[in-house]
Amino acid sequence: MEMPAPKRAIIGRKPAIAAALREVLPADAVIDAPEETRAYECDALSAYACQPLAVTLPRSTAEVAAVLKVCHAMGVPVVPRGSGTSLAGGALPTADCVVLGIGRMNRVLETDYDNRLIRVEAGRTNLSVTGAVEAEGFFYAPDPSSQLACAIAGNVAMNSGGAHCLKYGVTTNNLLGVTLVQMDGTVVEIGGPWMEAPGLDLLGVICGSEGQLGVVTEATLRILPKPEGARPVLVGFDSNEVAGACVSDIIKSGILPVAIEFMDRPCIRATEAFAKAGYPDCEALLIIEVEGSPAEIDEQLARIRAIALSHNPVEFREAADEDQAKRIWLGRKSAFGAMGQINDYMCLDGTIPVSALPYVLRRIGEMSAEFGLDVGNVFHAGDGNMHPLILYNANTPGDLERCEAFGAEILKLCVEVGGCLTGEHGVGIEKRDLMTVQFSPEDLEAQMRVKDVFDPKWLLNPAKVFPLSASESRRAG
Amino acid sequence: MRPVSEDELSEMLRGAGGGPFRLRGGGTRAIGRMAGEVLDCSGLGGVRLYEPGALTLVVGAGTALAEVEVLLAAERQRLAFEVPDLRGLLGRAGVSTMGGVVAANASGPRRVQSGACRDSLLGVRFVDGAGMAIRNGGRVMKNVTGYDLVKLMAGSRGRLGVLTEVSLRVQAMPEVEVTLVGARAAGAGLAALRGALQSPFDVSGAAFDRGRALIRVEGMEGSVRYRAQELRRRLGGDWALCEGAESAAIWAGVRDVAALVGSLGSIWRLVVTPTAAEGIVARLGGGTAVIDWGGGLLWLETPPGQAEAVRAAVAGQGHATLMRPAPGDEDVPALPPEPPGLVALSDALRARFDPRQLFAA
Repeated sequence: MEMPAPKRAIIGRKPAIAAALREVLPADAVIDAPEETRAYECDALSAYACQPLAVTLPRSTAEVAAVLKVCHAMGVPVVPRGSGTSLAGGALPTADCVVLGIGRMNRVLETDYDNRLIRVEAGRTNLSVTGAVEAEGFFYAPDPSSQLACAIAGNVAMNSGGAHCLKYGVTTNNLLGVTLVQMDGTVVEIGGPWMEAPGLDLLGVICGSEGQLGVVTEATLRILPKPEGARPVLVGFDSNEVAGACVSDIIKSGILPVAIEFMDRPCIRATEAFAKAGYPDCEALLIIEVEGSPAEIDEQLARIRAIALSHNPVEFREAADEDQAKRIWLGRKSAFGAMGQINDYMCLDGTIPVSALPYVLRRIGEMSAEFGLDVGNVFHAGDGNMHPLILYNANTPGDLERCEAFGAEILKLCVEVGGCLTGEHGVGIEKRDLMTVQFSPEDLEAQMRVKDVFDPKWLLNPAKVFPLSASESRRAG
Repeated sequence: MRPVSEDELSEMLRGAGGGPFRLRGGGTRAIGRMAGEVLDCSGLGGVRLYEPGALTLVVGAGTALAEVEVLLAAERQRLAFEVPDLRGLLGRAGVSTMGGVVAANASGPRRVQSGACRDSLLGVRFVDGAGMAIRNGGRVMKNVTGYDLVKLMAGSRGRLGVLTEVSLRVQAMPEVEVTLVGARAAGAGLAALRGALQSPFDVSGAAFDRGRALIRVEGMEGSVRYRAQELRRRLGGDWALCEGAESAAIWAGVRDVAALVGSLGSIWRLVVTPTAAEGIVARLGGGTAVIDWGGGLLWLETPPGQAEAVRAAVAGQGHATLMRPAPGDEDVPALPPEPPGLVALSDALRARFDPRQLFAA
């Protein structure tokens, strides 16, 4: 993955930039010693790393605005950072940038159960938003796998999803408002406790803009009453095709499970060896979870059982109690760890129409043989959001490049069948140069215009999302 | 002008000498002063793709809403966001189109459960003011590839470009719907709606209409019975249960604001912080109001000349749109003023997408 050459003129001014930042921030909020900035050299796409010029860790919206004002005046690029869990390189620094970490801003500002919302500082972690309201029987729905660590700021930037978004939607569907600091330091409030924007839906375009339009310092989030209970079933099939058809039939039947997860044989085997969840050794496995009171769950599961049995599964397993429910989820939840035990892996995130599932899985299998790299598939089947995990060895020269080439082919396939490059991780640097597969130059131009409006100098996270060649003239300024 | 393809529309706009144009789907939802040449989008229709097993629908923007509803009903599916039919209220005839629905982000009572039109919208194609055809989003449920111009276009009322195609997530029709109906004063009614929305019983409608608190649950038979029972117990007081066609009629009335059809005053649509609803209604004289979204949406009738009072009443708590001016209110701007900090951003976006102000009407 290529990154633009850092601007030497900016690097040369490092002492002046650090001094200017120290003038507006407390001493402990500016880091510029190389041994300390190293902690910020990468995010969860750890194959790529680069030490930034400096790191700032502001504690308030005013301090964020101050940092941005300084950087804007001095022409220094800024890379915003939540918790650094991006799998797409969304928080990867450049050598000429200042990282703006929002992690110290993690307070709950307001909980309002009558209007079903919570207002938090955006450095707060996803799971601790639910933590703040669960005693009252509420939760925050989007649940990315990194929810223990990932920050709301990053969730808003990437429009994060999770396993349960089939029913509850992704971040954009659960976001009511933000406090946004623009690159020039201007602070604006967008949205609020009401359910509709008075003019253009700016909130809608800020969510998922990968930290390129502004820095979100506070967010107003929808909270929902927790369902009375939830219960998963596990269904095994001897063909991906049949498992795909079963998913389609369940969706069409009108039952809305909160999650339908899919694992293929390589993933099942790896997981079984690692976590010993007791999964059947079969071609494809579905985990379907429904919610409600015990009687409501029984009613839905009876329907799901009937649909599943009509597809002749090799196994249909209902969780009789909490312990069995945990075992059903155990393998799925340890899938990434299990694959990581075998080798390094790259996790893709393309989405496809559910109807294309069998074809896409077959093609991935064929490509796996062509590239000579193993791949396991674990994904959110209900919404077609795939997560192929390609195994490679980072210590073998050329392996990463081969893995990336394989990944690119899979993502092109996703677009070809009517899907997209990324369902919930974001473009970052990882999919940046594939954007032309999905979008025409006009489509990209329309998106870049939006950045022109919010960040005319293209200083915020500039080397992300858009192919470097497409954004070059704008970044040159 | 009545283009019948995106290409033709592009060419027309590229060659257009000047504006403004009045974008028109079926002419059922436009509000405010309308000036300029009509750009009739009803020729841009046609179902492009419908996959019931994937809950996805792609149609040309000129496709009639009614056609979509019939198509979906044949598979026992529907649009989740329960599109209001405001023809009665606004005194319009005409055939509502999907492009118009999306451009107005038209969303009914199920907003509280399934979100607004924008939340069901998966993708758009549109032509901007320079005649450039742009695609954003797609047809899959989860998509974070590039900026979300889909949301930006929803509710943009044609000010950034002309929608030519929309992709939507659809939902299965429930087996059963039941509505709890309770005669209440406004305060007690709104409290009941809040209680229902705070319960785990997955309420799909929470409205207050003509002295009655209305709470809807939908889904599988056993589940609906159970939830209706639990809600009754939890909320206390007398609740009648309506179901089937009777329940559907109640919600059509809320959705289409039947209570105010035929009234003579100015009709306002207020989107507010739900807990502020009661105070705002009282402050504005306590006339007939239809309250939906658990308090978040208010439909009010006022005598002419009340625009300032209405907008002052919602200041800091939401915003007010003048949907139908009574004689005397014709010069009142229909759309609410944008928040001061955002005007510059909105104006700059419009200037980028519509540099010649073709869609300024």
